Amino acid sequence: MPQNSQEILLMLPHVVIGVGIVISLLIEMYSKKSETILPWISLFVFVFAGVHSIINISANQILFGGMLEVGGKPAIFNFIFNIGAALLILNSIDYIKKYESNHGEYYILIQSAILGMMVMAGSKDIFMIFIGLELMSIAFYVLAGINKKKSSSNEAALKYFLLGAFATGFIVYGIALIYGVSSTTSVDSIIQNFSTFTQNILFIVGLLLFIIGFSFKIAAFPFHMWVPDVYQGSATTVTGLMSTTGKTAAFSVLLIILSASLINYNIDIFAPYFAVIATLSMLYGSIVAIAQKNLKRMLAYSSISHAGYMAIGLAAANSEAFSGIIFYLAAYTFMNIGAFGIISIIEKQNDANTDLTAYAGLASKSPILAAFMSLFMFALAGIPPLAGFFGKYYVFISAIEADLTWLAVVGVFSSVISVYFYLRLVVYMYFKESEKDIDLHIDKYSLLSVVVSGILVIYFGISPDSLLNLILSVVN
Amino acid sequence: MNLELILFLILTLVAAFSSVMVITRKNPILSAVYLILNFFALAGIYLLLNAQFLSVVQVIVYAGAIMILFLFVIMLINTENEASILADKKPIKVFAIFIAVLVFAQIAYLIFYSNPAELSNGTIENLIKAGQIESIGRELYTTYILPFLIAGYLLLVATIGAIILAKKKFE
Amino acid sequence: MEQSIQPLENYIPIFLVLGFAAVFALAVIFSSKLFGPSRPNKVKLSPYESGKDPIGSIKERVSIKYYLVAMLFIIFDIEVIFVYPWGVQFKQLFGEFGIIAFLPMLWFLIVLELGFLYIYKKGGLKWD
Repeated sequence: MPQNSQEILLMLPHVVIGVGIVISLLIEMYSKKSETILPWISLFVFVFAGVHSIINISANQILFGGMLEVGGKPAIFNFIFNIGAALLILNSIDYIKKYESNHGEYYILIQSAILGMMVMAGSKDIFMIFIGLELMSIAFYVLAGINKKKSSSNEAALKYFLLGAFATGFIVYGIALIYGVSSTTSVDSIIQNFSTFTQNILFIVGLLLFIIGFSFKIAAFPFHMWVPDVYQGSATTVTGLMSTTGKTAAFSVLLIILSASLINYNIDIFAPYFAVIATLSMLYGSIVAIAQKNLKRMLAYSSISHAGYMAIGLAAANSEAFSGIIFYLAAYTFMNIGAFGIISIIEKQNDANTDLTAYAGLASKSPILAAFMSLFMFALAGIPPLAGFFGKYYVFISAIEADLTWLAVVGVFSSVISVYFYLRLVVYMYFKESEKDIDLHIDKYSLLSVVVSGILVIYFGISPDSLLNLILSVVN
Repeated sequence: MNLELILFLILTLVAAFSSVMVITRKNPILSAVYLILNFFALAGIYLLLNAQFLSVVQVIVYAGAIMILFLFVIMLINTENEASILADKKPIKVFAIFIAVLVFAQIAYLIFYSNPAELSNGTIENLIKAGQIESIGRELYTTYILPFLIAGYLLLVATIGAIILAKKKFE
Repeated sequence: MEQSIQPLENYIPIFLVLGFAAVFALAVIFSSKLFGPSRPNKVKLSPYESGKDPIGSIKERVSIKYYLVAMLFIIFDIEVIFVYPWGVQFKQLFGEFGIIAFLPMLWFLIVLELGFLYIYKKGGLKWD
């Protein structure tokens, strides 16, 4: 239990979200106007938690007798989760009106998912990792199916649930073997004795199962089967949340394994695994995305290939990779949330408006949306000087440092392929005549969210050092 | 032979027999009933290992509540054509055998070749206490108090999710 | 915790009860078979459906609302599992930590009972 007020102060992000869920639930039950109140409560909670984390980034402590880490690395992740969620809440205010019911629950579930992610990112005990993961995943399963009228949404929820539960099975089996060998659940003591434990084959098998389970969650190649259907079927704002913060949370756990091999003088037994995963994900995601006509589906495949780029860092397993992956996650989160924000605006009136053809001639109808969409597409493609470029740059540099130049080359090759489908959208927006009439309704909150994401993407691109120095200050 | 060994043999035989019955029955309801028997046998084995609380949880949650869900799922989906669906799915059987052999090999390795992990908190006496409700309560409400609180939220989300996804008419 | 190993003999009363229940159940079933007259014919063996000829299969699909109740039951079943060890250990915890020992469980129950209230408010317990 927290011993003094200082420790409680450091836990405030978790406490605020925990209390926020309860208050939101009360309002949902007792207020007729819950639909208009809840977005603002969630927004307050997320902005507070995000800002609080980034302010207290230097106050690195481990609370609850080795359960939860606050400040430092988790603070960066908390910042990404909370600001990302806040931006999506702004998007949702208008978008969610499209659905007839469950508006209040939508916000409660998003808060719960973010709480789960924060627990995962800060966990110093395997139990905490698992329970945070489950809190996040179960909230996501429900969020994917929140639109019960649409059959593709139901399909998405069921697919996500079945494959997610399958992945969880892997993780639990892995945890059991890890505990069997190490007889502790403390992440720190496992990392400390990593080289001793790895002499036992059961520990390696357990860790491998654990990593495979999380490979499902980051949507890497052989475990990507659920991604396209789930991303397409879910509500666009939910997809935005799943593909960015959900991926970040899973990576925050995988980084533990990276830090284990960092501390133990580069005993990196899983480098071949991650190298294979990275290569396959990058190439598969980039190539299949070319064939997609639906924008959400295209971004789903792009999400697979981005998981591949980040996995390069896991294969490289040096300190550059560590900071590079965190930078990449932050950049990816904001550019993808921006892109999904624009999709949610376009799609608001009609579900069919996620096709590429709906974007034809967007530049003449709404120059500002077209400009920002192009910005996010350029950033996702990794064109300098935007945030996405530096994310890829740092990860590739780390691969070269680790003598994995071939992996960096594959990464560059895959980026070149991906430029084709990102730019195709830009071409559609600027150089094609619009075929169908889209009833465009741009509300000010969604626009604000898109503009903020755009500013962040540009800012991290123009001065990447600002973010990188922050990450480096906590990594060492 | 003492009482414990006799009971252990009976319980393991019942557990093994019932799990074979679970996968060989044509009628899914019968499979579920044999699964209940299996859960009870496991609860008995937990009891022999001096884990009384785990044994009670096994009966209350698994044999009681989870089995109800199993039965409702069987009644929820139409199981009439199940035999014909499985008949032309040979790869599934091959895959299942593969997984079973893998798990068996792993357990065999665990039992015969791996050195047992060093006990983190020393004596066999502590280990025996670990299964008892007092020590579980103590650990849960001191060391693992934070996971416990998060588990509350997990159950809340599960409640909300069940209502959202399964309730037909929403108020 | 005076007695750490429970000798198996302590369970003998429980085994006796279980054994008696099993024997009684089996005895009731088989005694009716043993002592009752059994003269089956075609009409007697056909399933009884209010005197009409039976229609359709016995494998009817049930409504999901049964399942909903079962799921909610599990959630609160698990809650009880959490409360039970707390109740057993509360005296010692209270002696050590004072009133703070009470607060986590209070919050846990608040969160879960809010869930219960939510079910009630949304009509999750209505049989429509």
